[in-house]
Amino acid sequence: MTHNDKMIEARPAPIRTVGPLAWLRANLFSGPVNTVFTLVGLYLLYVLLTPTIQWAFINADWIGTSRDDCSREGACWVFVNARLTQFIYGLYPRDELWRVNLVFASFAVLIAWLAIPRLPFKRWVAIATLLAFPVFAYVMLYGGHFGLPLVETHRWGGLMLTLILAVVGMVAALPIGILLALGRRSQMPIVKSFCVVFIEFWRGVPLITILFMASVMLPLFLPTGVSVDRLVRALIGITLFQSAYMAEVIRGGLQAIPRGQEEAAAALGMSYWMRMGLIVLPQALKMMIPGIVNTFISLFKDTTLVMIIGLFDLLGIVQAALSDSRWLGFALEGYVFAAFMFWIFCFSMSRYSQYLERKLHTGHQR
Amino acid sequence: MSTRPQARPAGPRPPFWRDRAKRALIFQLLLVAAVAAFLIFIIGNTQANLAQRGITTGFGFLNNTAGFGIVQSLIDYSSQSTYGRTFLVGLLNTLLVSALGVLAATIIGFTVGIARLSPNWLIARLASGYIEIFRNIPLLLQIFFWYFAVLRALPSPRDSMSLGEAVFLNVRGLFLPEPLFESGFGLIPLALAVAVVASIALIVWNKRRHEATGRRLPAGWISLALIVGLPLAVLVVTGVPVTWDVPELRGFNFRGGITVIPEFLALWLALSIYTASFIAEIVRSGIQAIPHGQTEAAQALSLPQGLVLRLVVVPQALRVIIPPLTSQYLNLIKNSSLATAIGYPDLVSVFAGTTLNQTGQAIEVIAMTMAVYLTISLLVSMFMNWFNARVALVER
Repeated sequence: MTHNDKMIEARPAPIRTVGPLAWLRANLFSGPVNTVFTLVGLYLLYVLLTPTIQWAFINADWIGTSRDDCSREGACWVFVNARLTQFIYGLYPRDELWRVNLVFASFAVLIAWLAIPRLPFKRWVAIATLLAFPVFAYVMLYGGHFGLPLVETHRWGGLMLTLILAVVGMVAALPIGILLALGRRSQMPIVKSFCVVFIEFWRGVPLITILFMASVMLPLFLPTGVSVDRLVRALIGITLFQSAYMAEVIRGGLQAIPRGQEEAAAALGMSYWMRMGLIVLPQALKMMIPGIVNTFISLFKDTTLVMIIGLFDLLGIVQAALSDSRWLGFALEGYVFAAFMFWIFCFSMSRYSQYLERKLHTGHQR
Repeated sequence: MSTRPQARPAGPRPPFWRDRAKRALIFQLLLVAAVAAFLIFIIGNTQANLAQRGITTGFGFLNNTAGFGIVQSLIDYSSQSTYGRTFLVGLLNTLLVSALGVLAATIIGFTVGIARLSPNWLIARLASGYIEIFRNIPLLLQIFFWYFAVLRALPSPRDSMSLGEAVFLNVRGLFLPEPLFESGFGLIPLALAVAVVASIALIVWNKRRHEATGRRLPAGWISLALIVGLPLAVLVVTGVPVTWDVPELRGFNFRGGITVIPEFLALWLALSIYTASFIAEIVRSGIQAIPHGQTEAAQALSLPQGLVLRLVVVPQALRVIIPPLTSQYLNLIKNSSLATAIGYPDLVSVFAGTTLNQTGQAIEVIAMTMAVYLTISLLVSMFMNWFNARVALVER
């Protein structure tokens, strides 16, 4: 009798349990009900995607200058192409576009710096973004100083205006939101009730009525003869609205910080503002970033409402271009383009926020 | 919060700005003074501005004749009606589109949210595709899309799409047959009421019996049969006292039946589809928040799959789902104000829009509009809090 001290080679798993076929069986055809669902899903995909792809790519016209270059069999992207500068910059003077580009580019660099975890000097970059950049952007965009020609705000529009509204609304709302959130957690009854009423009021009414109020009632509130720019009025409305939502996000973050942190700081003899500024807020802000990004996404989408009070943001300018008599009948192309632009921005931001949530989540697991 | 010391050590009293209680008092007085000064500034300016423009304040304008027509109204309305009536028409239209929107968004949202968790890879991907597409596109853009790119591109009344020559869809809207109730129809709501009362009594009795003896009837099915069957039986017995007013093409448009205007359709579709994508995410995360051990424990007790869901998973998931669901409902109601962009006659459109422009009573009109939305928000929150308290687990 001989012994074999070597293991026999494992036989390959049956073909039914590994490989793409097994995956199909497990995930798509695991039973009669599932098979029916899969077939219905495939049919839905076929019905939805085939005409869409035909319309948007295969039969579409891309090159040209006027509507005669479009065969009308599919999408006429010539329309979007011809209007692209307007969709992005509004009626900003064509010779001054470099100023907008410079502001966009520097903003992109700052945001990328803040968003990528490995880069150093986060605090200084954040301070520059919040304090120095707005001044720089205002001087560059509005002009009137340093030899830059003045560009009135009614010529601003398109994607540029959308970004300005969202970013300014956000940056202005952040400090107000922090104060409101601290006030709502305060033990002083008058401060607390003031903050609660303020937050719940702005959260309880639709943004559109706030914008109506800002555009109709604000001129009544100011001394006779003082007029406010239409863009500034919209910004005031958006900031008030956003600060209330921001306050609730920040309050949520503050509640997540254990009470012992503040008590320990108090035991070291720190004053209220030192406890908040040095101990509680820095920890809370880190936890709040996903929530802040989420409110920013909804603000970004909500900026489209300013077209109702007569500002031409990305959607407003697309809508205005649709009534151009030379380009009638291209509503679908215009909306698909605008939707695509908004979608790219919102989707990437929501993915970033999900990534942060996962990252922060593991950091707090013990 | 640090607690104040019981006894102050001997020595000179600290100055008042070091005393926490006095400091808090001063700080609050300053806040009150600042708010009061701000209000006085605003009110003074407003009075001066109003006097200069010759606008008299007050709510007297609500009794004046409006002089404009409204395309959709749930109550009697003509251009001879007052602005007060305009307000009511707008409010009812807002409530109509909100209620139907909440209903549709809940159905779509729960379906997509559950589909998102399906073991079927394709179905889960389709659901997540739906969520990612509609959540990330502004609502106003979606309303415009449905209104201008879809409903406005429909054929004219002459070539309208039809379903069984009774339902018609064209550029003027959706035309549905309208039921006309003849005498004797009053018995059917009565039968329905009887069935509902009987079902409630049956369920209560069944629950008591179940707790006392452990035996139970399939009360849910019996109630369903009662509620559907009894009115149907009465309907058949009384000889179907309903005729249908089917819309007909006369001249350039359809006459008769119920007309659903395209503005309503566009707003309703966009609101439902947009909000449903958020509700789907809420439902998914609510179901995923239930630890898997709960399902396994229920299966270990050999509960059938349906009861595992009904008795173990859903009641616990609802606790997680309801608070964010409430805020989505409130968002939908507030978002219905976007109607003004396509001319659906909701509160903001006919009241804060047309009425404000005609009367110039900006302060009263905006204040009334905001008060309506604040009241709705408050009522919905109160109802959902009550409902939430009912489904919340009572912890011992």
